[in-house]
Amino acid sequence: MYNKSSIPCRDTHLSNNTRAQRGTGAILLEFLGSMNLAITLLVVIAISSVIGTVLKQNEPYQDYIIKFGSFWFEVYKALGLYDVYSAAWFLVIMGFLLVSTSVCVYRNAPTMLRDMRAFRENVTATSLRGFHHRAEWRLPANAAATTDSITQHLTSYGYRVRTKVHPDYTVLASMKGAANRLGYIFTHVAIVVICIGGLLDGNMPLKVAEMLGKIKVETRTLPTSQVPKISRLPVNNSSFRGLISIPEGSVAKHIEVKIRDGYLLQELPFEVEVKKFRIEHYPSGQPKSFESDLIIYDKELAQPLQHTISVNHPLIYKGYAIYQANFGDGGSKLQLHAWPLSNTATAALDTQGEIGKSTKLESPQGPLTLEFIDFRFFNVKPAPPDSGRQFRDLGPSVIFKVRNAAGSAFEYENYMQPVEQQGRLFFISGMRETPNDEYRYLQMPADAKGSVERFMRFRVALLDKQRQQQAASQTALNSLGKDAESNPKIHQTLTRVVQRLLDNFVSGGFEAVTAYLQANLPAQQREQAATHFVDLLQQALQVIYNQVLAQEGAQAVAASAEQDNRQFFEDALNALGAMAQYNSPYYLQLTDFQQIQASGLQITRAPGKNVVYLGFGMLIIGVFIMFYLPQRRLWAWIRQEPDATTVIFAGSSNRDRIGFSREFAVVQEGLEARLTAQ
Amino acid sequence: MAVSPDVMLSGFDKPPFLKTLTVFDWIWAALLVAGAGFVYYRYGAVMDGYEIGILAGVVPAVIALGWNWKPLRALSLLVAALSLLAVNLYGANLDAAQTNFFLKFLISSQSAIMWMSALFVMATLAYFGGLFMRSDFTTRIASTLTWAAAVMGLVGLFVRWRESYLIHIDVGHIPVSNLYEVFILFSIITALIYLYYEGRYQTRSLGAFVLLIISAAVGFVLWYTFGREANGIQPLVPALKSYWMKIHVPANFIGYGSFSLAAMVGVAYLLRDRAARLNPQGLLATRLPSAEILDEVMYKAIALGFFFFTVATILGALWAAEAWGGYWSWDPKETWALIILLNYAAWLHMRLTKGWRGTPMAWWSVVGLLVTTFAFLGVNMWLSGLHSYGAL
Ligand code: HEM
Repeated sequence: MYNKSSIPCRDTHLSNNTRAQRGTGAILLEFLGSMNLAITLLVVIAISSVIGTVLKQNEPYQDYIIKFGSFWFEVYKALGLYDVYSAAWFLVIMGFLLVSTSVCVYRNAPTMLRDMRAFRENVTATSLRGFHHRAEWRLPANAAATTDSITQHLTSYGYRVRTKVHPDYTVLASMKGAANRLGYIFTHVAIVVICIGGLLDGNMPLKVAEMLGKIKVETRTLPTSQVPKISRLPVNNSSFRGLISIPEGSVAKHIEVKIRDGYLLQELPFEVEVKKFRIEHYPSGQPKSFESDLIIYDKELAQPLQHTISVNHPLIYKGYAIYQANFGDGGSKLQLHAWPLSNTATAALDTQGEIGKSTKLESPQGPLTLEFIDFRFFNVKPAPPDSGRQFRDLGPSVIFKVRNAAGSAFEYENYMQPVEQQGRLFFISGMRETPNDEYRYLQMPADAKGSVERFMRFRVALLDKQRQQQAASQTALNSLGKDAESNPKIHQTLTRVVQRLLDNFVSGGFEAVTAYLQANLPAQQREQAATHFVDLLQQALQVIYNQVLAQEGAQAVAASAEQDNRQFFEDALNALGAMAQYNSPYYLQLTDFQQIQASGLQITRAPGKNVVYLGFGMLIIGVFIMFYLPQRRLWAWIRQEPDATTVIFAGSSNRDRIGFSREFAVVQEGLEARLTAQ
Repeated sequence: MAVSPDVMLSGFDKPPFLKTLTVFDWIWAALLVAGAGFVYYRYGAVMDGYEIGILAGVVPAVIALGWNWKPLRALSLLVAALSLLAVNLYGANLDAAQTNFFLKFLISSQSAIMWMSALFVMATLAYFGGLFMRSDFTTRIASTLTWAAAVMGLVGLFVRWRESYLIHIDVGHIPVSNLYEVFILFSIITALIYLYYEGRYQTRSLGAFVLLIISAAVGFVLWYTFGREANGIQPLVPALKSYWMKIHVPANFIGYGSFSLAAMVGVAYLLRDRAARLNPQGLLATRLPSAEILDEVMYKAIALGFFFFTVATILGALWAAEAWGGYWSWDPKETWALIILLNYAAWLHMRLTKGWRGTPMAWWSVVGLLVTTFAFLGVNMWLSGLHSYGAL
C-alpha cells in the first residue's frame, strides 16, 4: 500500500500521549483542530445553508405571517430563519469553521514546512524493503559510479537528490513536488482569509450597534427627511449595501439599507442624479440593455462627474460602487378620458393622474379614488402564432385601482392604443380583484377611425328608453308580419317582451337575458323558444346599431364597410355582454402622458473585497497544487559488496497512486537499463 | 569506440518534454496560434480587453492540453474544419440551412446536435452491448462513436454561435446561455472527461455507465427540442451580457461533468463490489476495472470537479460583484454551489485524512450527484433568486 505521511489532524495523533497528562488548553486545541470537527462543520454548514434557499429570505414579515401562521412565524423569527445567513447561530458555526481551520493550519503548517525540506535520508534497507514500490539489483559496477548514475537519472526525471554517505552504505534521497505542502497551507489559509474578508463586509458591526441600542431599524415608510437620526448611518460607515430608486431628473444623497422588515438610511458623501434612464430593445422586442445617465455632485470635484452605467457595468467612485439594479416608474403624468359605463346617463369627462398618487372622481355611485400604480411604455408580449414575429409591442399601458366610497377596489390595466386581434382592432382593459388573480379582459371594438367613440355611442343609444321602445316595436313588427296589423295586442305584448330583453341585456349582458328566459319560459319549449327570443333581441339591437351608424353619416354605412360594420356589431355585443362584470362606472382611456422613469440604483461599499479576492487567489492556487503537484519521493540505498553493488530502489507518493506507479515503473526500467549498461 | 560513456548513458535520461513533441504537435500548435491570430485580426476591433485576454489565454491552455492528451489534436482539427465549412456555407444567409444539403442534413447546428444525440445513444447501446457480449471490438466501436458524438456536439455549438450572429449582430452570443445549450455542453464535456480517463486507465467497460447519464442529458435536449420547441436562439437578457459568461459557465460544467462521472463510476463500483461478493466469475466482476482503479478514477474525477467548481464559483463571485453589486449575496444558486463544494470537501477530507475508501465513498459520490443535480436543475425550477433573471 502507499505510504501515508503522518499529519497531526489525523486521529492517530493521540498515539502515546494520554489526555490526563495534558492541559485543558491542549485538549481544546486538539478538539478544535480535529478532523472530526472539521468534517462535521463542513456538513453542518452545507445543511444549514439549505434553509435560506428554500425559505425566501428578507421578505416582508406580513408575507411570512400569512404563510406560517402567527405561532410558527414567531418560532422561525426567533431562530432567525428570515435572514439565516446573519443569524447568530449560523455565524457561530461559521466562526467555528474559521477557528477550526486556523488551528488546523497552525498545527500542521510547521510539520508540512519541515516535510517540504526533509529528504528523509535516514531510511534503512529494511524500511525500503517494506515499500510497495521497490526494486533490488546486484550490479557489477562500483558503488560510486552507480551513485552517480542514479543521481543523474533521478535528476533527469525532475527529482532533487540528496546524498548521505554512511560508513558502509550510501542513501540517495530524492523528491519532487515539495510545493504540494504549500498547497495545503495556501488552501486552508485562503479559507481563513476569505472568512475574515467576508466578516469585514458583513453586517456584524450593525448588529452589535443595534444590540447596544445605538441604531434602530425603521419600519415605517417615511419621507427621507423625516427618518429619525437613530435610523441613519453616518457617511463613515465602512461597509453597506443599499438601494435607492431615483426618478429621472431627481437627486439623492441617501440610500436605504434593508434590514429584516425595515431599513436604515445610509448617508452618502456625494449626491447622485439620474438624468435619464433608458431601455434598449432587440429587434424581437426583448430588452437588450438598461442604462442610466448619472451625474455625481461632490464638493471635491471641480465639475460634476457624468457617467452612464448599465447592467454589468457599474461606476466605481471613491470606493463606492454604483450599480444599475432595477427600474420603475418615477411618477409619470397621465391625461385620461373617463367614458361613463353606468346605466344612469352620465357625462364623459377628462381627468389627470400621476403614478404613485391618486385622483378623485365623481360618479353616480358616489366618489371614486383612482390610485395610479404603474405606467409602462412598452408591453412586449408574445405575438399571435401566424404573425411571423415572435413578439410584438402593445404600446403604453397604465395600471391603476378604482376604489369606491366603501373602500373596496378593483385593479385595471388599460392599453392606450387599440390592439390587433384576429385582424381587428380593440381597446383592451384588464380587470382583476387582487394582484394574485389573472386579468380578465374587456375588448371594445375600435371604429373605422380607430377610436372607441362608436362603441360608446352605441352603448349610450342602448340606454335610451325611447329608442328601446322603438326598436322593440319595429322588431316585433318584423317578426309578426301581417299578424301585427290584424292583432295589435300580440304586437304590443311582443314589443314589451323584446323591450324586457333589451333591458336585461343592458343591465346584465347575455347572462341576465338567459336567466330571464329561464325564469319565464315553460320548461318544455324552453330551448327552442329561447333561441327565437335571443334572435329577436339581436334584431332589436341591430336596429339601434343601424341608427347609430346612420348618425355617423352616409360615408360610414358605405357598402364597402358593410362587412366591417357587421363584425363591429358582433364584437360590440360581446363587449357589452361582458360589461356587467367590469365593476367600474368608467372606462378610463389614456389620452396622453409624460413618462418619468425611475432608475433603481444599488450602491455598495465593501472594503473587505480585496481581502476576499486575495483569499480566492490563494484558494485556486492552493487547490491546484494540492491536486496536481503530488509530492513524490524516490530513494536508492547503495552498498558496495566485495563482488558487486547492491541497490535497493523504492518510492512513495502522497497522492495519485496509479500515476505514481506508472512513473515508478518507467523510472525503474530506465534505471535498470542504465545501470546494466554502465 | 566513438561515443563516450557519458553521452551514451545520457540517452537514458528522461528526454525534456519539448523534445518529445512530434512535428505534428508543432504544426497543430502553430495552426492554433494562427487561428487565434486570424480571429484577432478579423474581430479584434469589436472585442473588449477581457475577450482578447480570454482568447489569448485559451490558446496556450488548449495547446498544453493537446500536447498532453494527443487525441485532442485531431478532435480540434476536425471540429474546426467542420465548423469553418458550415460558416462558409452559411455565408451571410441564415436560410442556407434549409437549402444547402450539408447544412440541412449534417452541420447546421440543429443537425449537428441531432447527430450528436444519435451518436451518444448509439454509443451507449454499443458500450452496453460490448459489456454484455464481452466484446472488446464492440466497446472500441462505442468509444469511436463517443468521439464522433463529441465532434458533432462541438461543431453544433460552434455553428450555433455563428448562427446567433447571423440572426442579428446584437443577438450574437456564445451558446452557453440557456438550459438547452448547457445540456449540450454538459454532454460533450462529460464525454470528453470520460474519454480522457478511458484512454488513461484503459477502462472501456465503464463507458456503459457514464454514457447512461449523457444519454439522460441527451434525452432532455431532445425533449426540449421536440416537446417544448425551446431550442431556438434567444437574445441575451442584459444581466448575461458579459464576458464573464464565457468562462464562468464552461468552468461550471467541467465541474458538473466531473461530478457526474464520479457518481457513475461510484455506481459501477457498487455494482462491481456486490458482484464480486455474489458472483465472482460473473460479468460485472470480471469485465469492470478493478476496485482500485474505480476508486482512483472516482477520486480523480471529484478532484478535477472540485478544482473547476471552485474556480467557477469564484468566477461567479467576481461576476456577481460586477453585475449584482456584491461578490456574495447568498442567492440560492450561489449557496448551492457552496453546498456542493462543502460536500465534496468533506468527501476529500474523509478520503485523504481518514483513509476512507470503497463502498461508503462510492455511495457518497452517488449522493453527491443528487446534490449537484439539485444545484444545477432544482434551483432553477423551484427556487427563485437572482439567477432567474426576473426583473433585469
Ligand atoms: C471550507 C473548508 C476547507 C476546504 C475547502 C478544504 C479543502 C481541502 C482540500 C481541497 C484538500 C485536498 C484534498 C485532496 O487532495 O484530496 C484538503 C486537504 C486537507 N485538509 Fe482541508 N479544507 C477545509 C477545511 C479543513 C479543516 C478545518 C481542516 C483541519 C481540521 C483541514 C485539514 C486538511 C488536511 C489535514 C488535509 C490533508 C493535506 C495533505 O495531506 O496534503 N481542512 N483540504
